[in-house]
Amino acid sequence: MRQRHSAAWITRVKTLGVWVAPVLFLGVFFFYPLAAIFRLAGEMALEQGLSPLMWAKVWRPLSFTFWQAALSTLLTVIVGLPAAYVFGRFTFPGKRAMRVLTTLPFILPTVVVAAGFNALLGGRGWVNLLLMRWMAVSEPPLQIMQSLQAIVLAHVFYNTTIVIRVVGQAWAQLDPRLEQAGRSLGASPLRNLWEVTLPLLRPAILSAGLLVFLFDFTSFGVILLLGGPRFATLEVEIYIQALQRLNLPLAGLLSAIQLICTLLMMAVYTRLAVRSGHIPLSPWLHGEGTRSPRGWRERLLVGGMTLVLIMLLVSPLVALGVRSITRLEAGRGERSSVMPGLTLDYYRELFQNRRLSRFYVPPLLAARNSLLAASGTVALSLPLGFLAAYGLARRSSFSRQMEAVLMLPLGASAVTLGLGFLVVFTRPPLDVRNFPFLIPIAHSLVALPFVVRALQPALVSIPVGLRQAAAALGASPWQVWRYVDLPILSRAVLVAIIFSFTISMGEFGATTFLSRPEMPTLPVAIFRFLSQPGGLNYGQAMAMATLLMLVCGCGIVLLEKLGTHGRD
Amino acid sequence: MGTRISGWVKLAAGLAAVSVFLAGCAPATPPAAVGTETLTVMTHDSFAVSESVMAAFEQHNNVKVQFLLSGDTGSALNRAILARESPLADVFYGVDNTFLSRALEADLFEVYNSPLLESIPAEFRMDEHNRALPVDYGDVCINYDKAFFEERSLAVPQSLEDLTKPEYRGLLVVQNPATSSPGLAFMLATVAEFGETGFLDYWRRLRANEVTVVNDWEVAYYTQFSASSGRGPQPMVVSYSSSPAAEVVFAPEPMDEAPTASITAPGTCFRQVEFVGILSGTPKRALAEKFVNFLLSVAFQEDLPLQMFVYPVNPAASLPDVFIRHAAAATQPARLDAVAIAANRDAWIEAWDEVVLR
Repeated sequence: MRQRHSAAWITRVKTLGVWVAPVLFLGVFFFYPLAAIFRLAGEMALEQGLSPLMWAKVWRPLSFTFWQAALSTLLTVIVGLPAAYVFGRFTFPGKRAMRVLTTLPFILPTVVVAAGFNALLGGRGWVNLLLMRWMAVSEPPLQIMQSLQAIVLAHVFYNTTIVIRVVGQAWAQLDPRLEQAGRSLGASPLRNLWEVTLPLLRPAILSAGLLVFLFDFTSFGVILLLGGPRFATLEVEIYIQALQRLNLPLAGLLSAIQLICTLLMMAVYTRLAVRSGHIPLSPWLHGEGTRSPRGWRERLLVGGMTLVLIMLLVSPLVALGVRSITRLEAGRGERSSVMPGLTLDYYRELFQNRRLSRFYVPPLLAARNSLLAASGTVALSLPLGFLAAYGLARRSSFSRQMEAVLMLPLGASAVTLGLGFLVVFTRPPLDVRNFPFLIPIAHSLVALPFVVRALQPALVSIPVGLRQAAAALGASPWQVWRYVDLPILSRAVLVAIIFSFTISMGEFGATTFLSRPEMPTLPVAIFRFLSQPGGLNYGQAMAMATLLMLVCGCGIVLLEKLGTHGRD
Repeated sequence: MGTRISGWVKLAAGLAAVSVFLAGCAPATPPAAVGTETLTVMTHDSFAVSESVMAAFEQHNNVKVQFLLSGDTGSALNRAILARESPLADVFYGVDNTFLSRALEADLFEVYNSPLLESIPAEFRMDEHNRALPVDYGDVCINYDKAFFEERSLAVPQSLEDLTKPEYRGLLVVQNPATSSPGLAFMLATVAEFGETGFLDYWRRLRANEVTVVNDWEVAYYTQFSASSGRGPQPMVVSYSSSPAAEVVFAPEPMDEAPTASITAPGTCFRQVEFVGILSGTPKRALAEKFVNFLLSVAFQEDLPLQMFVYPVNPAASLPDVFIRHAAAATQPARLDAVAIAANRDAWIEAWDEVVLR
């Protein structure tokens, strides 16, 4: 009797034990600061009283937030699914380059994306200038900036890579035998896709969709800079109320609503995800499922998709790069697209502290700081994500609740969380001013859901039989993990690492509250350049943005090379 | 099997090597001498100062100054107010006259009757108790693209009312006062000119004249303005009267004439004065006082124009040549009482929002 009890106890400990570290992490660095701000907001509300006018301010941002997030997610998935298919099933020249290039948008600060979009799609951007010449009109036909279209386009630009990596990864590992079985039973390719492949991919598609939706839901910079004053989401309204008006009660209310909506989304997601059963198949690990496109239809698909991706995702990056080496004469009345000349002046200027400013940011130092923070984020979020993913894999009622809790940092307001950091972490050792690890910690809060979402579908695809076989052959649990689980998971681990790396480089979330001038990072430096007029400032911002893209691109290439040992 | 793990080891080793290399590339910062105290100064993101000027202060007083750049003007102030119980810094710089009352009501600063205040003109000393001391001022004015107006032989508007004329249809871009400090300043200029009830009607007419509204100065200047490197569609933008000087200073090729100029006609600009204050409860009062005096001293005041592109309040500070030639301070800037601003700002912004954006 006692033996059975203790065995059950041990399983209990093992099931719950994995959760200790992630729960502690979230508890200290997420719930504690949030609670502090909510408490402050509550105190202020009691002092000042809640006015009924406040509720009027809730509905408009709430409905618009849902609307733009849903629209953006839909379009991102529509663009991302065929792209995931192309990346998951085919090899083609330039595949690795394309995969890196489509990831780069993710790391760009919004202020830079606005500049890139403007260069392409603005009133005097290249696209409009071309169209004006072709259509022989004097007014720019494409009025995209400062509109809902710009918001949705920017979201697709940012987030397609999530769908490509998460769904593409799952597609690549999908056992084609089921599809082949479907074909051999007479199903057309389309029917096969609809009834065999997509249901198999459902967990991955739902995961990716959830991540994209939550990112769009809490989107701030895109709405503020590319949408304009006519559009306010919950996050923008929280920013205005908390940081401009100091109306903390209303900001707290909006943040609480945001969190509730996140939980609602999680409930919807769980309802949708539960229905997909898990068919145990051997996952294909080393890209055996990928091949060159055969036949004109496949070639058309691959080529067409590559073209679409280049137009949507790569062209703004190119526009930025070109702007960083172009000498534009400001205010010369030149309304054509004449480029007076190419120059490396902006790059040279980056390395000089011509204004002899105390706040000069040496580019190499900024790059190093960005990379250091990124390494810290990967080192922190990967183990935590592993533990959480394993915890989720053992389906218990606790793990179902934890699934929602894990996603909360993505759906929480960065402003509220940042303010929470400022309010609670004021004493050493966790001092906002002096504790350098707060930055990777803040990044990890955002990266953790990604890591979990990337690892989880792969985890559940590990055939239980393999594990049992290994154990029966005498492998210890550690050896089972190392020799059975890890190889199968290695691709998913790579996706997870790349996400946490890029999230850190792009500095999402509450880190704007934590940046310190002694440890400047690339996005901070870019923003500083754009806060003053002058051609040199603009050029240097473009140059630094290009540098950010290069550093990140090299990082991703390095990670991919090491993760897949050169094979694809 | 062994090769798989070594891949990650290689990765870790590579990252370590790269970061060591990059650390070597970083310029060596002189280590703080033993016994140096640290003074923390909280300010907005636009703060800038020359290294030499700052270093002179640090060496003279044996102190290391640590800056906390905390967002734009409003954000920085509100963060300081929220952290009031356990202040993040010793000194706060960057509250301007549109937010002054909020800072004073929150009891953020301690009184400091600096001896250098005597030389500062009375118009800048907006706090009679000397909790907030003036450091610099800037005029928010409309900048225009000279080439655009010359090409079309269009007369430059000379008043706010002119902006509603049909020949300027669609030519102006302004910022949202709810999210932008210059945007707020411009709106306050219209309040000063047309009155608390009249300004909404003015904005209705501006809206009918197709004024473009964006959220940030960065977007307005670099995406919408035609004379900046962003080469946008609008030739008039709400910016600072010192922006033309910045265009010259930061020009890729030396230029003797600024491509832009400001409209400085009476009532068209709004003067923003920036203040510094010693945060209540600071343990480093003596050092904080020295820092405040430093900000009011000629050395720092003369450094201001080419670093932050604002004007010094200290009349003994001389302006650099490029400022005198290309930047023009407004002769009769619009003024509003700080208390009136504090009492009505939110209501004005709400009303403005209804009229202009909905």
